[in-house]
Amino acid sequence: MADRPLLSVRELAVEFRADTGTVRALDSVSLDLRPGRVLGVVGESGCGKSVTARAILRILDRNGAIVAGKILLDPGTTAEVDLTALNPESQAMRGVRGARVGLIFQEPMSALSMQYTVGNQLIEAIRAHNDPGKSVARQRAIELLRDAGIPRPETRVDAYPFQLSGGLRQRVGIALALAGDPDILIADEPTTALDVTTQAQILTLLRRLQRDKHIALMLITHDMGVIAQMADDMAVMYLGRVVEYAPVREVFHSPRHPYTRALLRSVPDLRATPRQRLATIGGAVPQPNARPSGCPFHPRCPEVILGRCDVAPPAPVPPGEAGASCFLLEDAV
Amino acid sequence: MSTALADDSLAQAGQLRLTWLRFKRHKLAFVSLFIVALFYLVAIFADGLAINDPHATDAKRSYIPPQGIHLFDEDGFNPHVSGLTGKRDMKTFKLAYVPDPARKLKVVLFAHGYSYNLFGLIPTDIHLIGLETPQPVDGIFLLGTDQLGRDLFSRMMVATRISLSIGLVSVGLSLVLGILLGGMSGLYGGWIDTAIQRVIEVIRSIPTIPLWMGIAAALPNTWSVTQVYFAITLIISFIGWTELARVVRGRFLALREEDFVIAAEMLGASQLRIMLRHMLPSFTSHVIAAVSLALPAMIISETSLSFLGLGLRPPAISWGILLQDAQNVQVLAGAPWLLCAAIPVVLVILAFNFLGDGLRDAADPYG
Amino acid sequence: MLMYILRRLLLASITCVAISVLTFVIIRLPPGDFIDAYIANLASTGSSITADQAEAMRHDYGLDRPVIVQYFLWIARVVQGDFGVSMMWRRPVTEVIGDRLWLTMLVSFSALFLTWTIALPIGIYSAVKQYSVGDYIATMVGFLGLAIPNFLLALILMYFGFRYLGLSVGGLFSAEYAQEAWSWAKAWDLAKHVPLPACVLALAGTAQLIRIMRANLLDELRKPYVVTAKAKGIGNLRVILKYPVRAALNPFASSIAYVFPYLVSGSIIVSLVLGLPTVGPLLLQSLVAQDMYLAGTIVLLLGIMTVVGTLISDLLLMWIEPRLRLTGRL
Repeated sequence: MADRPLLSVRELAVEFRADTGTVRALDSVSLDLRPGRVLGVVGESGCGKSVTARAILRILDRNGAIVAGKILLDPGTTAEVDLTALNPESQAMRGVRGARVGLIFQEPMSALSMQYTVGNQLIEAIRAHNDPGKSVARQRAIELLRDAGIPRPETRVDAYPFQLSGGLRQRVGIALALAGDPDILIADEPTTALDVTTQAQILTLLRRLQRDKHIALMLITHDMGVIAQMADDMAVMYLGRVVEYAPVREVFHSPRHPYTRALLRSVPDLRATPRQRLATIGGAVPQPNARPSGCPFHPRCPEVILGRCDVAPPAPVPPGEAGASCFLLEDAV
Repeated sequence: MSTALADDSLAQAGQLRLTWLRFKRHKLAFVSLFIVALFYLVAIFADGLAINDPHATDAKRSYIPPQGIHLFDEDGFNPHVSGLTGKRDMKTFKLAYVPDPARKLKVVLFAHGYSYNLFGLIPTDIHLIGLETPQPVDGIFLLGTDQLGRDLFSRMMVATRISLSIGLVSVGLSLVLGILLGGMSGLYGGWIDTAIQRVIEVIRSIPTIPLWMGIAAALPNTWSVTQVYFAITLIISFIGWTELARVVRGRFLALREEDFVIAAEMLGASQLRIMLRHMLPSFTSHVIAAVSLALPAMIISETSLSFLGLGLRPPAISWGILLQDAQNVQVLAGAPWLLCAAIPVVLVILAFNFLGDGLRDAADPYG
Repeated sequence: MLMYILRRLLLASITCVAISVLTFVIIRLPPGDFIDAYIANLASTGSSITADQAEAMRHDYGLDRPVIVQYFLWIARVVQGDFGVSMMWRRPVTEVIGDRLWLTMLVSFSALFLTWTIALPIGIYSAVKQYSVGDYIATMVGFLGLAIPNFLLALILMYFGFRYLGLSVGGLFSAEYAQEAWSWAKAWDLAKHVPLPACVLALAGTAQLIRIMRANLLDELRKPYVVTAKAKGIGNLRVILKYPVRAALNPFASSIAYVFPYLVSGSIIVSLVLGLPTVGPLLLQSLVAQDMYLAGTIVLLLGIMTVVGTLISDLLLMWIEPRLRLTGRL
């Protein structure tokens, strides 16, 4: 893994207060975002992918809080900042949002306000940092829309989001995320709500923009195909923990964690024989407030070592390294 | 682990039980439930709680201020009230009856008073408290008397019966109308829905009080108390059903799109079975919440109408009728205790609102 | 958009027709007519009229025609601005009502304005600072506002004003202006008297609107576009005011449609308690006397004004909601 990371998450833990007690949404999560590289984050719904994104931007819901760990921006440089130490409302944190870390959303329908034109929302984002003035900002908004592959951006800038198709809206979402010229981009399931052809177009666009601007992209998805197509490294998450972290090629060739193996098996394969049943992972993701003891995956794990996996959780993947959090591997060493 | 246990039972609990569990967490709503229950108990045992005959008039005890029960005197525990003695005002030469501390009248529990029928069936004359020996003029006037010398406290107890029941009956009628029309609207859709929705819009855009006043004023003077009671109930529910219909329709529309309803349809379940087995249970709690939010509006309606003199008519006793006596500032200045009749109105409306809010939150924690 | 306006206009006119029919039904409901009431009235003062005279009077007032004909006779004249003669006052209805209708609307509109200006900021505060002390206080006050019927509040205020301040609270004019012609001084006098009844009227509506605003805003605050806006790096307050508050304003604005009829309703009963020279007391008198044209005109005009008020609020909503303006639906 080349290059110094732009952002390092270290042993991050997030808890949510609920009526029934506190729920641990993230547990000892570590990952690195490097310039020009794409980190794919996969996992079933509810495993903490989106929470990680929100925690980085410090926009967790009010009942959520970071209880441990660090989020280091520019680690190892003199400018290193720990985002967890900042007040989420502070000027410094606001400077990070948009200007350093851009966010792209899953739901292009609801992620844009229906009350204002595309231009209004875009110009606001441009002027939030280094305000260049209204007319320049408008020009820049049109350029951003053009960069995002929107035809006739001069007229679309004055359109309301409900007048655009889903694909165009997601392009607006990308333009919005790039408005502050960030060097880190977090895309939270950016293509889930789109149809397949639009998905491919949006992914190509993202890939192009990320390469051109040498952006560090964190791509959250539950689609292994998207990961294979887009990502350089990947983090597999399960119930708020990173269970495996490695370059994509390694993961696809020799997955370390039983959960990763199960995930890969459940991807439909063109070469499969007809009527071959698609592999599924037995059981369901447990309720977050009913976390299994020990390794959270042990009740569904085909290779579970009873008396071991259900007692204490295995050590997390060492920060900054490839590996998996599993007793099978600890034993192999 | 207790949370895990609770979750387990939660996962298997039915819709109503879930609602109840969530409801119990709303402390204010839970307390309100008891207050409402208390009010209805008062309504049931109104005559037993009343001390003096609520209809008995006596010019001698006109506008007696509230008098407390003295629990102790020099002899120790001896609950008593002061008797009334006539005194002539030397300026106006009017004979006025005022409490005279020298005359002590013993107060006992389960005293004999005026006769009434408990639950409308069992003739009795037992009252929770009363004078040991009933007197012609004297009495216990906890909240004072009105111009005609009727005991306000006793009247308030008895008024509870009409004021609360009129709300219930009106809500019942509204509910029938609301479920029928709202259900039709939500179930059939199309032009039936449009027509019903338009009717609701029209009714809602009419200022209700002038309308009520018009209808209520049209009730013949010759009608009996019971006839007027039911007429007023009809008037109130005629306007009140729209909100309930809206809720029912909304739930129907939402439920029709729910996966479990569609699944039941796909499985070939009959329309009736889908309604009874799948839809009804999941909106019962919503309807209960809507009802308890509609009740206070109905109670206010009756109170307002009676207050204007267009609703129930004496000798019927309701909170509105009691407040009618307090309409005039001059009267109020002389006998401010007449405003006490407002306290149960405010209290019960508050309780119903809290209750309804709690129920609604419990029925639909995300909506 | 044109379709939307046309639909609204059509609905408003249907409502107006429905109100006129209802009004007429109400007026016709009581057994006996004005002449019966008139005869009873005469009898109580000791005089009487013959059956022939009564019949002649009935004919004069058109009371001997079929009900439907009476309705159309009435409505045809109403459309021309002729509301008939008050049988109780023996003067044209318009003259009897005089300024009262406008004063009713003035009081109701002031209450509406007050409702909005109070409910909006408190509702926003309550939602943004959910479960804070301020939120609890606002909620409590809101519940109290709902629980105290406005005539009761008027009564209590009157009592306290009279008992402790020695003021006679109530009325819309000081004694010296009541019979005067309109002048600036009289208008100012009116302006000083309006706030109290407006406040009394506004309380319940405000309580309701605070709850509506709070609920709507809580809903909107959870929406993804709020996160998008926050992720741009603009300040929290600005995000909230520009996005979710703006979105929550729509249902809030449309709530006028049912708050306004409610206020007009309330103004009738509050006027009775506070002795305001609005149509309220007049309506009660005319209903008791079964003065058909007067009562009918008041109910009709109140209804129609309410419908117009509602229509205006609908058009306002359209104006502030781009989706409605551009596509004709929400």
